[in-house]
Amino acid sequence: MFYTAGTYDVIVVGGGHAGCEAALAAARMGCKTLLLTLNITDVALMPCNPSIGGPAKAQLVREIDALGGEMAKNIDKTNIQMRMINTGKGPAVQSLRAQADKQEYQNEMRRTLFTQENLDVAMAEAETILLENQKIQGVTTKTGAVYSSRALVLTTGTFLKGRIIIGDLAYPGGPGNQFPSLHLSDSLVDLGLTIGRFKTGTPPRIDRKTVDFSKMIEQKGDPEPLTFSFISPKPQREQLSCWLTHSNPQTHRIVLDNLDRAPLFTGVIQGKGPRYCPSFEDKVVRFSHKNEHQLFVEPEGRETDEMYVQGLNTSLPEDVQLQVLRSIAGLEHVRMIRTGYAIEYDYVLPYQLKRSLETRAIPGLFTAGQINGTSGYEEAAAQGLIAGINAAQYALGREPFILKRSEAYIGVLIDDLVSKNLDEPYRLLTSRAEYRLLLRQDNADLRLTEKGRALGLVDDERWNFYQAKKERLEDCRQQLKTTFAFPSDPTIDALLKEKNSSPLHERISLWNLLQRPEINLEDYQNHNLFACEDEQVVEQLQIQSKYEGYIHKQEEQVRHFEKMENRMLPTDLDYDAILGLANEARQRLKEVRPESIGQAFRLAGVNPADIQVLLIELEKRRRKKS
Amino acid sequence: MFEDTIAAISTAIGESGIALIRMSGSRSEEILQAAFSPHSPTQAIQKKESHRLLLGWIIDANGVKLDEVLVSLMRAPHSYTGETVAEINCHGGYQATTACLNRCLELGARLALPGEFTQRAFLNGRLDITQAEALMEIIHAKSQKGLSIAVEQLHGRLRIKLEEIEDLFTQLQGMILASMDFPDDVGDLDESEARTIIHRIQQEFDRLVRISDQTDIYRNGVQLVICGKPNVGKSSLLNYLLNQEKAIVTNIPGTTRDVIEDFIHIQGIPVKIMDTAGIRETDETVEKIGVQKTFDAISQADVRIFLVDAESGITEEDRQIAQILQGKPNVLLFVNKMDTSHPQITESDLYGPFAEFQHLFGSVRSGIGIEALESAIVQFVQQEQLMQDDLEIITNVRQKQLLKKCCAQIREIENLLNDASLDCLAVEVDTALLYLGQLSGRDLAEETLDRIFRDFCIGK
Ligand SMILES: Cc1cc2nc3c(=O)[nH]c(=O)nc-3n(C[C@H](O)[C@H](O)[C@H](O)COP(=O)(O)OP(=O)(O)OC[C@H]3O[C@@H](n4cnc5c(N)ncnc54)[C@H](O)[C@@H]3O)c2cc1C
Ligand SMILES: Nc1nc2c(ncn2[C@@H]2O[C@H](COP(=O)(O)OP(=O)(O)OP(=O)(O)O)[C@@H](O)[C@H]2O)c(=O)[nH]1
Ligand SMILES: [Mg+2]
Repeated sequence: MFYTAGTYDVIVVGGGHAGCEAALAAARMGCKTLLLTLNITDVALMPCNPSIGGPAKAQLVREIDALGGEMAKNIDKTNIQMRMINTGKGPAVQSLRAQADKQEYQNEMRRTLFTQENLDVAMAEAETILLENQKIQGVTTKTGAVYSSRALVLTTGTFLKGRIIIGDLAYPGGPGNQFPSLHLSDSLVDLGLTIGRFKTGTPPRIDRKTVDFSKMIEQKGDPEPLTFSFISPKPQREQLSCWLTHSNPQTHRIVLDNLDRAPLFTGVIQGKGPRYCPSFEDKVVRFSHKNEHQLFVEPEGRETDEMYVQGLNTSLPEDVQLQVLRSIAGLEHVRMIRTGYAIEYDYVLPYQLKRSLETRAIPGLFTAGQINGTSGYEEAAAQGLIAGINAAQYALGREPFILKRSEAYIGVLIDDLVSKNLDEPYRLLTSRAEYRLLLRQDNADLRLTEKGRALGLVDDERWNFYQAKKERLEDCRQQLKTTFAFPSDPTIDALLKEKNSSPLHERISLWNLLQRPEINLEDYQNHNLFACEDEQVVEQLQIQSKYEGYIHKQEEQVRHFEKMENRMLPTDLDYDAILGLANEARQRLKEVRPESIGQAFRLAGVNPADIQVLLIELEKRRRKKS
Repeated sequence: MFEDTIAAISTAIGESGIALIRMSGSRSEEILQAAFSPHSPTQAIQKKESHRLLLGWIIDANGVKLDEVLVSLMRAPHSYTGETVAEINCHGGYQATTACLNRCLELGARLALPGEFTQRAFLNGRLDITQAEALMEIIHAKSQKGLSIAVEQLHGRLRIKLEEIEDLFTQLQGMILASMDFPDDVGDLDESEARTIIHRIQQEFDRLVRISDQTDIYRNGVQLVICGKPNVGKSSLLNYLLNQEKAIVTNIPGTTRDVIEDFIHIQGIPVKIMDTAGIRETDETVEKIGVQKTFDAISQADVRIFLVDAESGITEEDRQIAQILQGKPNVLLFVNKMDTSHPQITESDLYGPFAEFQHLFGSVRSGIGIEALESAIVQFVQQEQLMQDDLEIITNVRQKQLLKKCCAQIREIENLLNDASLDCLAVEVDTALLYLGQLSGRDLAEETLDRIFRDFCIGK
């Protein structure tokens, strides 16, 4: 029997990384919000690797933070190791990575959800989406509750018709031995949405007590760990190490001998998996010339003995997994706690979405996270935040909030999702961001805090912190630009000699002198030419001066890009009626319905001539109107 | 794409007659100012003045005159497109016109797409809607045709070459991006490997540029000089090739005193052929000047035919000339007058300074060996053995512009390899890939990603 269970502005289905951000954002923006999830103990679960951040992902986490999201603060509180990676490859790709205490991460997030004003949390399986006049009306649960809402955000991850595969064994299930969600995707099909199927997998977990670390190489955290959030306090926690070991020819022989039992090769697995995380059996077959593959053994938390074996993602039968593990140096006597598995699941083909993450077909229905064909905690959280914001904007009758490719990695992620044909789970990479010299992790706050404030997501604490930083930055920059170094100045001479830098011939601003690779702000500070206590400001000044040329170049490209981006295409454009479009272009345009000329140009199969035709069409419409 | 300045040749290019280059966009004036050198101060482009015909030259970056032209500037909005338009009336044939167009592109204009001028006219309110409908059809038709031509052009050896370059480029960018995105699996960029790849790309590009210059020969022609000591039969050869008694022929050594020029086609290639004064030590003023002119012609020419006389045999004078020619490219030694009863030259006489030249035996008088001579000339000109379909593609101005941009970009990348950080380097390689992708019509960014997963073992 159905009963009326409550009325909300926004309902979020799913308590994963996407769902948590979505629910928090909507509630913080003042919407009465409900979070429905299958299992309350499993909110913010990390079903795979125990880490957050890394290239492109760290940028996302910092952007989430700048917009007032939760992921950065949460991992700052619950990490067991912090490392800056890609140092020396330039500020655009340098990125922070944390090892997480998974359990603590979940506990902390759960606490945040429960203390959030305007937010109710309930444990239930959402089954059917309710419509009224083709608009969202609410959702029903398996146990008969009917919740009404203006906007609905689906963030069901890998649960839709989830199917677990381990060797020759396959059964319906969600990640981490949870129940799958069996009905919701049928409801989506009923609404006219097109569904696809992907797969992913995870390695086995092992018992710390049975690992011989003396045969492995230790990987420590940074001696002076940093934080993701711009406003987190300096970390004080003790860090745990990760460990590096390698597979060997014997390991590979075991895999090859058992390929007839590997579901990837026997055809049991049909869904398309990501190329960037192939299973171990895949690596052994494809890179047969390699005698070893590196494997990282990573702790999953302080209060558990479970360790994650990064590099050994597999769906081989359990007995083979054990043999493989025990052939590896340091793991000779290992005990397996969790078996590695692959999972297949339904996802919504994301070209059906607008850049607000609202489905084009159903006003008020939003999807975010792995349900959109992405993979990764950070990708999920970023979409969750945007979907939550836009569900709130929708419920409040406001304009959608959209980030452009030139403004944020989040913009790149979503624009790619809605414009590309995905043929594997989508992961964000720094190489996908064309303006990556501008979209750095270090300046996410400068790029986005003001937007977050305007949305009502940035609280006073963050806002005051940001404004003070910005002011300091501006002051220091002016100071460097207007203070000059003179050729005969003994302080300057001493500094240049010390740094093996060529002497000056004419006066030069401290800012420009900083552009010499060998000169750093620290040197100025040491010679009392400049003083600044704020580490974030010092980092900013350093990057802004040293990369000034490149940054200007990319800013110029962005100006060009935005002109195309700002020419909007009407949503009701009848592409069949437009003369002169090539057939392939017409097809893609009808499918994706790009929002701007710029987006249209990025679609595969749309050529410059088609863009010309579209521009003419726009002008025709403008004239007919006036 | 709708804010930049576009340029195109807007009349069909004939062998002669006048061709019109049109430019539209906000930078038209600036570009014309830089490219144009007025005949006299009265012919200079004046601020605020519009629609006046001015006489002068289009000059290159070094101030060298490319063509004598009439130009005019139509300021916005009083022009066909509604933007500032510059028009350049060239009088040269193909060569001069493309040189002028290239100059505009060099200065920052972009080659216009089919129908783009008309499109701008419409967008700026200079045309009505019915005209626009017709325009859409034209754009469609032209771009479809353009596309199929572009695709047809992309086969043969050149296509293979381009693919090789693409492959090297995606490999390079794959290495850089993989190191950025998968540092645990891939580690740092192997700089020496990167440098090797960059050098190979440069080599391939240089070759392509060379091929493309050679195809220019089909439009611009080659310069061929006939040289040798007096009385070897140089003027006779000129007349034979021209099939006309252009130069005076006598058995008096020193007949020809000046450089005599004319044009012929050899196997489809236009050739400017120059007969010269015979080279010898002389005190006579006129002949002395003539010999100096001969030396100039020799150093300018693309191909040099060196005649020796089988009747007289190899003499000291021949040896001196051989030394002058030594080390110069494209020298063809032709042993003339083999029809005489007792020829004094055989293979075994062609040693020493003569050994490095390709040689042929024959007789101008009886027409022996001339065909072989012509074939040898063609071979010199086309050392790359072009196929017919290769010719089309690189004579296309747009593609040449891209090729040049690519070359400049790869040079930039090489310079940066030591100094710039990886993230900046990647941005530069992106730019090069973009140009290359426009050249071959493929999305190389996607291919690079494929490449990463193929070349590197990445995964959890
Ligand atoms: C086996 C496996 C391996 C992975 N490997 C990696 C990896 O190596 N690297 C990486 O970056 N990412 C990996 N991922 C992906 C990553 O875990 C996800 O992308 C990310 O967690 C997705 O977040 P999400 O919020 O979209 O969904 P999830 O975290 O999956 O959360 C879904 C939520 O929806 C709830 N839910 C589902 N259906 C219903 C319903 N009908 N009603 C109510 N609630 C519902 C669930 O209870 C859950 O809380 C892996 C995932 C799995 C399962
Ligand atoms: N037997 C013979 N005589 C030739 C041949 N070619 C040219 N001659 C003769 O050689 C003489 C010189 O010919 P030219 O063509 O005037 O020689 P040139 O090299 O131009 O001489 P200069 O202009 O004086 O340097 C003429 O009498 C020609 O008829 C040939 O192939 N065989
Ligand atoms: Mg002569």
